[in-house]
Amino acid sequence: MSWAGKILRVNLTNGTVKSEPLNMQWAREYIGSRGLGSKYLVDEVDPKVAPLSPDNKIIWATGPLTGTMASTGGRYTVITKSPLTGAIACSNSGGYWGAELKMAGWDMIIFEGKSPTPVYLSIVDGDAELKDASDLWGKSVWKTEGELKSRHQDPLLRVCSIGKAGENQVLYAAVVNDLHRAAGRSGVGAVMGSKNLKAIAVRGTIGVGNIRDPKAFMQVTAEKKKILAENGVTGQGLPAYGTQVLMNVINEVGGLPTRNHRDVQFEGAKDISAEAMVTPRETDGKKHLVTNQACFGCTIACGRISKIDEGHFSVKNKPEYWGANGGLEYEAAWALGAANGVNDLEALQYANLICNEEGFDPISFGATIGAVMELYEIGALTKEQIGIDAKFGSAEALCQFADMTASGEGFGKEIGQGSKRLTAKYGHPDLSMSVKGQEFPAYDGRVIQGIGLAYATSNRGACHLRGYTIASEVLGIPVKTEPADSEGKPELVKAFQDATASFDSSGLCVFTTFAWGLADLAPQLQAACDESYTTEELEKIGERIWNMEREFNNAAGFTAKDDNLPKRLLTEAAKTGPGKGSVSKLAEMLPKYYDVRGWDPEGRPTADTKKRLGL
Amino acid sequence: MQKVLHINPDKCTGCLQCEMACSYENYGIFAPAKSRIKVFDFHETGKKVPSTCTQCDEAWCLHACPVEAITKNKVTGAMEVNESTCVGCKVCTIACPFGTINYVQETGKVQKCDLCGGDPACASACPTGAITYVDANWTGLDKMKQWADKLGNQPSAT
Repeated sequence: MSWAGKILRVNLTNGTVKSEPLNMQWAREYIGSRGLGSKYLVDEVDPKVAPLSPDNKIIWATGPLTGTMASTGGRYTVITKSPLTGAIACSNSGGYWGAELKMAGWDMIIFEGKSPTPVYLSIVDGDAELKDASDLWGKSVWKTEGELKSRHQDPLLRVCSIGKAGENQVLYAAVVNDLHRAAGRSGVGAVMGSKNLKAIAVRGTIGVGNIRDPKAFMQVTAEKKKILAENGVTGQGLPAYGTQVLMNVINEVGGLPTRNHRDVQFEGAKDISAEAMVTPRETDGKKHLVTNQACFGCTIACGRISKIDEGHFSVKNKPEYWGANGGLEYEAAWALGAANGVNDLEALQYANLICNEEGFDPISFGATIGAVMELYEIGALTKEQIGIDAKFGSAEALCQFADMTASGEGFGKEIGQGSKRLTAKYGHPDLSMSVKGQEFPAYDGRVIQGIGLAYATSNRGACHLRGYTIASEVLGIPVKTEPADSEGKPELVKAFQDATASFDSSGLCVFTTFAWGLADLAPQLQAACDESYTTEELEKIGERIWNMEREFNNAAGFTAKDDNLPKRLLTEAAKTGPGKGSVSKLAEMLPKYYDVRGWDPEGRPTADTKKRLGL
Repeated sequence: MQKVLHINPDKCTGCLQCEMACSYENYGIFAPAKSRIKVFDFHETGKKVPSTCTQCDEAWCLHACPVEAITKNKVTGAMEVNESTCVGCKVCTIACPFGTINYVQETGKVQKCDLCGGDPACASACPTGAITYVDANWTGLDKMKQWADKLGNQPSAT
């Protein structure tokens, strides 16, 4: 077992809350979290549904290892049809909220319909009810969390919520829990906002107690924690430097997209790197980084807690931002920094704080600003239109854009539509650095071939977390492959995509895969749930999940032509670095990828493939 | 030799492995809500501070208990609650200056850290060494060593 065996179904239109038994056959076939939540979505939602309409559903899902002592067992996912991409969305978050939901005795919550007025869902173990949130509407994530804790007189309450971005339906709005952990990508927060759902407040005291073989579980999870502790990345690099350790590394391989992907190396990389975060500032002599922080159950602890420079222009008269707070991760630092040519670490931190406070994805936001700045530089946007001088490198513009996007005022409303819609509106759709409408993360697909293919084929649009081939192509995990090679990359991408789908579905964090493979996940799932979860079975389940997501997207209207990269990556060669002169070899890799996947040339799983995977 | 739990908040990451280990040891489930050790997250400073019973020698809880349900384990030094004697009056929870003995509504008794009979699960589960189980007479050993290193461990002048 280790599933709670129960799901909550909340109909927001009627205001009803019902308990249902979990479909245990699906649980075994799709594990939990990403896989199982997606199975429910695919089964219940028309792929052609308008994402922000009441007919779309939104699901919060935990995995069978969420809320257990397995390292990193605190993850949950939010699954819906994305308003940013029109594809299936599944955003993953850590913090403490997911484990709390599981400990209240629920595997999953399914929201349907749309509430006539703002509401939040209150869960205390088996008791769940919708409550009025009219007075919370318009409040930030941070204020909402504080207000709910005091209203319920319960400091131990865990809250996930949306800020103004979700309410205003910024297309990349996030769901934020525990102040600065987020289900960040694909606009799941906008869907929450479209349903007038402000927050979910949970208190779980029941705990997780139905481990299949507790003794074996305690033993195997202890062994696996030891592997994480002894690994250079998960035991030393990530706790000490966080994901930000990558900034200089990726810059050196010439794969750090800069100024809306015009360049592949950023001269200011060192100023916004992990090393910069632990170097005393010239202004006040203090370090940016205060400490590292773990999510629930995590023995890696990569999270950053930072303090901004109180004298920085962005926070000069705003003491509410001066305390310790969620710090920069690599993707955010890249998107808010290199993607715009901004090397002011404090400005990046400010923009990141606003993303957390009002709930929007710093990757899509930062990358959209990159596109805005390029439009400004080529004269397609003027100062009169946007209200500010927005040259590449302007920290002032970045901070103002963050405020404008959060409040939805002026040009901020257009930034909130993402780069695809914005660049199309101003006549330069080629300048959107995105796939399926979702902006790229921090690795250049021209120089690092596998990640380019992974972006093009990702089921939720451009994303590094659907197949992190950087592990192999840059870090040599589990084996080193050459970034410039396209040979073997279709197989590599498929293997990463499938394995990741299984990890995401277990309730554990994908960062464990720097040290673990499926062979390390399998015995933990076996001890907790079911002996059938062998390594081979997990490979197959991962592939099943991938194909299920793909079929949803195909039915939603996506075709092979959407497995594409922006023209810039296919035709404008990298100007500097070890990959100088290279473009993405997508055209070469994609047919091979379809072949390896068992798909037809149009990117559709063949009947044989579906049969093999039990779809 | 008696040992005590020794807490170094600077090493705590807030992962709550200790809370899960505690609830598993005592109730066979993973439930921080039932843990006898609690990690406090002071987000304004970024500090995480684990807190649990220090096993006072002159224990307020023990002296306050009207039915003598709290006794000292002579081997481990832990103040232990005898559940069959405890009447759930909660006077001990008022007497304890540190708040580390608490009522459990499910059982109608109080609970507190009992050092797991001499092998505390929280200390074994802590991945960073923020919680250790050390010689009761030498909780200052690590700090002393750090200062000794700073003050005396220099190359000798020749």
